[in-house]
Amino acid sequence: MRFELEKRSERSLVMAWASPVIAVVATMITGGLIFAILGKPPLTALWVFFVEPFSSLWSLQELVVKATPLILIGVGLSVAYRANVWNIGAEGQLTAGALAGSMVPILFNSWQSPLTLVAMLVLGILGGMIWALVPALLKVKTGANEILVSLMMVYVAQLLLDWLVRGPWRDPHGYNFPKSVSFEDWQTMPTIGDGRLNIGIVIAVVVAIALAVLMRRTIKGYEVRVMGEAPRAGRFAGFSADRMVIFVFLLSGGLAGLAGVIEVASTVGQLQPNISPGYGFTAIIVAFLGRLDPIGVVVAALMLAVSYLGGEAAQIALGLSDKAARVFQGVLLFWVLACDTLILYRPRLVFGTTPEAAR
Amino acid sequence: MSTDSALLAVLLTIVTASTPLLLAALGELVTERAGVLNLGVEGMMVMGAVAGFAVALTTGSPYLGIVASALAGAALAVPFGFLTLNLVANQVATGLALTLLGLGLSGLIGESFVGQPGVRLAKIHIPGLSDLPFVGPLLFGQDVLVYLALALAVFVSWGVFRTRAGLVLRAVGDNHASAHALGYSVIRVRWLAVLFGGALSGLGGGYLSLAYTPQWIENMTAGRGWIALALVVFSSWLPGRLVIGAYLFGAVTILGFFVQGLGVGVPSQLLSSLPYLVTIAALVAISRKRGGGGDAPACLGRSFVPDR
Amino acid sequence: MKNWSALTRRDAMKTALLGSVALAAGAAGPAAAADKLKAAWVYVGPVGDFGYSYQHDQGRKAVEKELGDKVVTSYVENVPEGPDAERAIERLARDGNQIIFTTSFGFMDPTIKVAKKYPKVKFAHATGYKRAENVSTFSARFYEGRYVIGQIAGKMTKSNVIGYIVSFPIPEVVSGINAFMLGAQSVNPNVKVKIVWVNSWYDPGKEADAAKVLIGQGADILTQHTDSTAPLQVAQEKGILGFGQSSDMAKFAPKAQITAITDDWDGYYVDQVKQVLAGTWKSTDTWDGMAKGMVVLPPIVNVPDDVKAMAEKTMAGIKDGSIKPFGGKITKQDGTVVENLDDGAILSMNWYVKGIDDKLPG
Repeated sequence: MRFELEKRSERSLVMAWASPVIAVVATMITGGLIFAILGKPPLTALWVFFVEPFSSLWSLQELVVKATPLILIGVGLSVAYRANVWNIGAEGQLTAGALAGSMVPILFNSWQSPLTLVAMLVLGILGGMIWALVPALLKVKTGANEILVSLMMVYVAQLLLDWLVRGPWRDPHGYNFPKSVSFEDWQTMPTIGDGRLNIGIVIAVVVAIALAVLMRRTIKGYEVRVMGEAPRAGRFAGFSADRMVIFVFLLSGGLAGLAGVIEVASTVGQLQPNISPGYGFTAIIVAFLGRLDPIGVVVAALMLAVSYLGGEAAQIALGLSDKAARVFQGVLLFWVLACDTLILYRPRLVFGTTPEAAR
Repeated sequence: MSTDSALLAVLLTIVTASTPLLLAALGELVTERAGVLNLGVEGMMVMGAVAGFAVALTTGSPYLGIVASALAGAALAVPFGFLTLNLVANQVATGLALTLLGLGLSGLIGESFVGQPGVRLAKIHIPGLSDLPFVGPLLFGQDVLVYLALALAVFVSWGVFRTRAGLVLRAVGDNHASAHALGYSVIRVRWLAVLFGGALSGLGGGYLSLAYTPQWIENMTAGRGWIALALVVFSSWLPGRLVIGAYLFGAVTILGFFVQGLGVGVPSQLLSSLPYLVTIAALVAISRKRGGGGDAPACLGRSFVPDR
Repeated sequence: MKNWSALTRRDAMKTALLGSVALAAGAAGPAAAADKLKAAWVYVGPVGDFGYSYQHDQGRKAVEKELGDKVVTSYVENVPEGPDAERAIERLARDGNQIIFTTSFGFMDPTIKVAKKYPKVKFAHATGYKRAENVSTFSARFYEGRYVIGQIAGKMTKSNVIGYIVSFPIPEVVSGINAFMLGAQSVNPNVKVKIVWVNSWYDPGKEADAAKVLIGQGADILTQHTDSTAPLQVAQEKGILGFGQSSDMAKFAPKAQITAITDDWDGYYVDQVKQVLAGTWKSTDTWDGMAKGMVVLPPIVNVPDDVKAMAEKTMAGIKDGSIKPFGGKITKQDGTVVENLDDGAILSMNWYVKGIDDKLPG
């Protein structure tokens, strides 16, 4: 007996819709099994994990707050991955953006104007772009592997941040603790409602819609897809692979930088050694969960936010280890990837001799 | 303090810092030679670390721990193999998922092992030879995994370039369509390469929890899996260069501490970032020389579906 | 596997205890738990780290043991000091906890923010400096212990070189280095301290590498302000001595560990929760040391009796106030002299005393 794939004559529309559902159900079953092995009541655990985050207005707001950076970074990465360019250093670009944006409140603390926040956001985007340009240019000029260079740049960015907040950018009245001055009201994102929800989510959704339009309705979007799926054909059509690399790195890096500055100007409120619990890496999962589609990424980011908040709730209510949330995310991604195969292929179990051997 | 003993300490530290990288990178080299890019090295390493530690602690034998770490790494490679080879899922995404899963799962399994002193893999002692000044401890007084890593490098080099199996492996990695047409089972070869890669990554992780620092803590690989991936590119997929790369990387890391210990006032963050900057520089230098990744297996990262 | 079942049993019990209560409170309103005080802890690391967060969790367990059925405790572990901290703290406040202990410096601003929104909930934040009507602060005078081990090291070293592995240059760490050096110099004027920053609180690999390099550069005693047991394990392997940090690490290196610097929060936590129960809780700033039992050194071993006696005498002196590590004249690295430092100066220390073989970063 052996396992085989048969290519469908065309994309299965049914499966395109059914596969995420199958993946989620399969994840629930796997998750329930893991809970049972850990000695937790599986149904209660699943309930706390997936329903609790929707149980109050407060947690709904927190859900959106958590999803905001994931959406911003995830949509940028989805375009890059569509073009077959592997930026996995978004965490570093996020850090660089946060650093660049924070220059305004730290170095020009007294400048109070409606433009202050705008300047911070623009600098954040530029910071992310500059950091992303390093792997992009090295890839184009020397052919250095962008996966590895962008990843190495993450460590460098984090160490740079560390040095700045422990040294030159330290709050002079902060007893030498590693943190910058706290940002003032006009240096932070305006909030919506009574909690931490802020206009960052509006920006994120607008960006997601804009990129969805870009990918579906413009020549540039077509170019991205062609260069990703059939680079040779793209070159015949006159598209430049090098310029594509630079374009998607600037786009995804700029958006990661924007996410970084929004985070420090909202939930963190200052520059400190830890400004992100790995949003840049989680966003990679978000991009794939969203099937590299900007609108899909928005849904996926919310899903991941649920798994984080649910994980926290389960920790308090059930004493469930925080590691369980990570396993959950890994399992979810596995199932989504596995189920997506069903869209293009029909799996079959073949009995008897293998066709390869018979050939 | 004699300069000899300082130098010896540095050299010995470099050897132990490099060995886990070398093991994991050798495995990934073979996997990539078959055309499969597995970014889950970090996850497989950390699973190897926890499994090796757990088994060594419960049985009291570090050698059983070594075996367990290799098996655990290979076991975690199974879902990766099934998804990318049988279900043709994207290799980059699946590899990342594997890292996530490995970090989470190892944390769960290892929870009850945190804070327990482990079983240390003993260093070998050859009477006479190991007692020689300077060269004794350096050449004849390491633990078995150090020698195993070097022996594996020779074995992989010989296997990939001097044997028929190696020829098939390279054929599958360079042109899977032709290899298939010649009657080789591309999927089967890749499965074996993925499992081999997983086992060696697991072994690299096991080195951390059995020899390097005999204890288990969550996330104890601390990014070494990614460094191993970089080393494979650095080596141009050649085992010999891989050995040099791994030892160079270890040397740069240790040099940072050495310079600090001398009391030179360089920001420690700068020294800590040196290994990463050096890796980037090395990647650039290597890529430049061969004009843009020409040595990479041509089918690296590409899925294969036998047509019918 | 043997330990799997152990894990399962332990967690199952926790589930039975915590889960039912929390769910009942969340779903059907407080029923059985109504007259119990709810207290919660927020940890930066895993409770199983056998170091910093572990010690705090021991304090939580002490509260449970001491006050039994009067309290319900819960905790969140591995909370990163970033955007997630505020949510974790607020969640506990919304959950009906009446006192919340936030145990890491990076939780300072989030604690203050949440405290503003929940004025009826009491908070206690460790190692920070911002207080409010409903926010206390607390910390331990770790440097007192460092002075004692500095003396021991100064006596025991033969090469006159001591290796010191450190995490980050925050004042607590810097004052620790200085207290150690002053202690060492008080018994041995020729002693040198070599410092390596590993830029991490917990990275056994790096800490072990740093330890080996320091030993290679002549250090015959190691001490550390990082939380893993790796440096001590290296010390044991190389046959030299060292000191533990955060918890008693003797079982990792029985032949190498002389003693360790551990913090004991049990008394503070029990006292705070009792005050909330009695309705007498007030915002305070607590900074206790050896005298109050907040800094504890496990029994001194692996040294001759006279060294042990000396250390015990110093500890007694610190306890009764006759020895002050930062009392008297102190010469800074740049040659200037300061005298009788007050708490403010110790809490914001960013300079080295003379004789330290390093330049302070930043």
